[in-house]
Amino acid sequence: MLSYTLKRLLQAIPTMLIVITISFFLMRIAPGGPFDGERALPPEIEANLMAAYHLDEPLPMQYLRYMGNLLQGDFGPSFKYKDFSVTELIMQGFPVSLEIGGLAILLALLLGLPLGVIAALKRNSTIDYLVMGTALAGIAIPNFVIAPILALVFGVLLAWLPAGGWNGGALPNLVLPVIALSIQQIAYIARMMRASMIEVLGSHYIRTARAKGLAESQVIWRHALRPALLPVTSYLGPAVAGIITGSVVIEQIFGIPGIGRYFVQGALNRDYTLVMGTVVFYGALIVLMNLLVDLIYSALDPQIRHDD
Amino acid sequence: MTQIRTPLAGAIALASALLVSPVAAQTLNLGVTGELASFDTSQVSGGIWESQILMDVYEGLVKKAPDGEVLPGMATSWEVSDDGKTYTFHIREDAAWSDGEPVTAEDFVFGWQHLLAPKNASKYAYMLYPVVNAEAVNTGKKPLDALGVASLDDGRTFQVELTSPTPYFLQLLTHYTAYPAPKHAVEEYGKNWVKLDNIVTNGAFTPEEWVSQSRISVSRNPEYYDADEIALDGVNYYTIEDRNAGVSRFRSGELDIMREYSSSMYGMLQEELPEATHMAPYLGSYYYVFNHREGHPTADPKVREALSLVVRRKVLSEQIMGGTFLPSRSFVPEGVHHYDVQQIPQEGSMDERMARARQLLEEAGYGPDNPLHLRLRYNTNDEHKKIAVALAAMWRPLGVEVEMINSEATVHYQTIAEGDFDIARAGWIADYNDAENFLSLLHSGVGNNYGAYSNAEFDDLTDQAARTLDADEREALLEQAEQTALNDYAVLPLLYYVSRNLVNPAISGWEDNVEDDHPSRWISFDQ
Repeated sequence: MLSYTLKRLLQAIPTMLIVITISFFLMRIAPGGPFDGERALPPEIEANLMAAYHLDEPLPMQYLRYMGNLLQGDFGPSFKYKDFSVTELIMQGFPVSLEIGGLAILLALLLGLPLGVIAALKRNSTIDYLVMGTALAGIAIPNFVIAPILALVFGVLLAWLPAGGWNGGALPNLVLPVIALSIQQIAYIARMMRASMIEVLGSHYIRTARAKGLAESQVIWRHALRPALLPVTSYLGPAVAGIITGSVVIEQIFGIPGIGRYFVQGALNRDYTLVMGTVVFYGALIVLMNLLVDLIYSALDPQIRHDD
Repeated sequence: MTQIRTPLAGAIALASALLVSPVAAQTLNLGVTGELASFDTSQVSGGIWESQILMDVYEGLVKKAPDGEVLPGMATSWEVSDDGKTYTFHIREDAAWSDGEPVTAEDFVFGWQHLLAPKNASKYAYMLYPVVNAEAVNTGKKPLDALGVASLDDGRTFQVELTSPTPYFLQLLTHYTAYPAPKHAVEEYGKNWVKLDNIVTNGAFTPEEWVSQSRISVSRNPEYYDADEIALDGVNYYTIEDRNAGVSRFRSGELDIMREYSSSMYGMLQEELPEATHMAPYLGSYYYVFNHREGHPTADPKVREALSLVVRRKVLSEQIMGGTFLPSRSFVPEGVHHYDVQQIPQEGSMDERMARARQLLEEAGYGPDNPLHLRLRYNTNDEHKKIAVALAAMWRPLGVEVEMINSEATVHYQTIAEGDFDIARAGWIADYNDAENFLSLLHSGVGNNYGAYSNAEFDDLTDQAARTLDADEREALLEQAEQTALNDYAVLPLLYYVSRNLVNPAISGWEDNVEDDHPSRWISFDQ
């Protein structure tokens, strides 16, 4: 298992290198630069800026400089948020995104899995239609619609919860963003769980288990649940990486200081270092999550072994 | 201060506040629409929200009254030489940084050199270019100490030499580029002086906490000379990029002031929160750039006149923007100091103007067989889109075909600077309250002159105005210059910006003003 993990991590290095290189050059190809804006700068000032950020050097030179700094763990200064380095921005924002995203995933699993199982067991019943209908609505309604409605109803009209703000992560401030972020996940997971549960319930070994006279609860808990979780697990890998790196919509609507906004703002501002920082961070997270999923897989399914 | 939501929580908070101090703490919760780039004023990116925070924590030689008028700040008085080129400021005796160190003329010399030092690559360094040698220093052609500023009388007097009389110089000094920098702190901490553990400021407030992308908190600066006059204990600036979210948070009572709401919400807010909804004229011009470069149809003055004649600004203002922009026929917005705006020619009824426009286009060689095709560019935004669509509809009866291209702001401005358009959306918000700030955009060869408009007479008039000391004479020259440009249809002025703020009616010390500057030091809560 250990050697497998190490091997996978080593394999990730060329992947990351390719990701970094492609992103670096794509970012530079994009029209407009970090200092283009509503106001054209006098050429002398633009020259000062370019020199200060080494943007006046040839591109290969800039690339080597960036890679050199990266090897030392230095993502460079943000072009836009000058009082923070990119590392500081990510380190300050990630715990916030992790907290919101982690809670959202947890909530999604706690609600989505049982709902999916119940719908599968009560297939074609009113409950099934109700759960699946609601799930479809959850998938169809985007979170930039759900979030303002939640803020309006619970923040402004009922005034039960703050309409926004982080407030150091106080519980009342967490509720609405976590709900808004998890609704779509609950829906996905419930639908996925239902489908895979139905498939598993129709398989031979379940029929055998039932034929042996096992109680229905035992059939489900001991034999059906684990294999039915496999598709959900593989979905969760990249999904978790995506969710814990924040959502620009949720962050902007609820005023949450996560890192989701940096993916969008960094790109729009042509904040080269910030974009690269988020890409490297996100890429590494995806690699890690996929590895984690593979390890969980082997725990769930004895047929999958990573001994080599 | 924590949010008070229920009567019980309010009572508890009030009781605990009473136990601690005789007067309940007053903290202003203020929503701003973007994140501050830096507390180092040389590194600021130019957002309107940034000047709000910076003017609260720093103070220049002069400061602003609630109505935007210039008042003495770090300088108690000043003299201007007869030729208008030397300003001598007397620094107040009790001027101090938040660590108790005195603010001296040295800090101004240092701050201005810091801003202009090429290595600091300040975007707004050009604001100080009227100072002798500023441009040469900024481009590295001269050393920092060549800058025309001096600290005299042991730092009690600050002297500035200007290359030419600059009548708006005092206005310029209200901008954050003219603030001092704490020399002693920068010498002690180097680049890290701006970190919150090290920073010292000389304004009414001083920074305490910064949660990136969420909140900046400042508290009253006890060393500030007027500290006893400041009602607020502190201010929380919440970064709220989503305008609708800002309105929700204001309505739920989390914010006392929200700087800007979207124009589409104006009607609803006016109905539901009439006392809190503010809208006032603002020194900003919303206009379209005509491309004067050869080969573009808009290089022909007849085409520009025809397009201009049939624009219905009232429709744009009232029907398209719901009254949240004001119709404008001038390039310089109304409300500029010591200036009467000029108007783009537009005579006769709509039918007469339409006929005249048709005739002009015909003379320019366009007609049913050879329709005028225009490439119109705007930066992606709902409001800009609505206006572009409305303009295209107004020009359609003339047989004009409009091809609309939108792109994100960065690409938009780069593209129009390169001249790849016929007509393009642009806007300008005043850096300082003077007509020159707008008119200089139409001077030949200036970076922000996107349409490459060039008229020797216009250049002459503005250059002459820059050398003129007499305020009335200068005003006449600038007004003449604007009329010259408008007679040329140099640009297509459409609308004036307005400021849109939500302000808790229980707040005193807020006055709507054309620069939309509202220093928190004047703000208090009614008891």
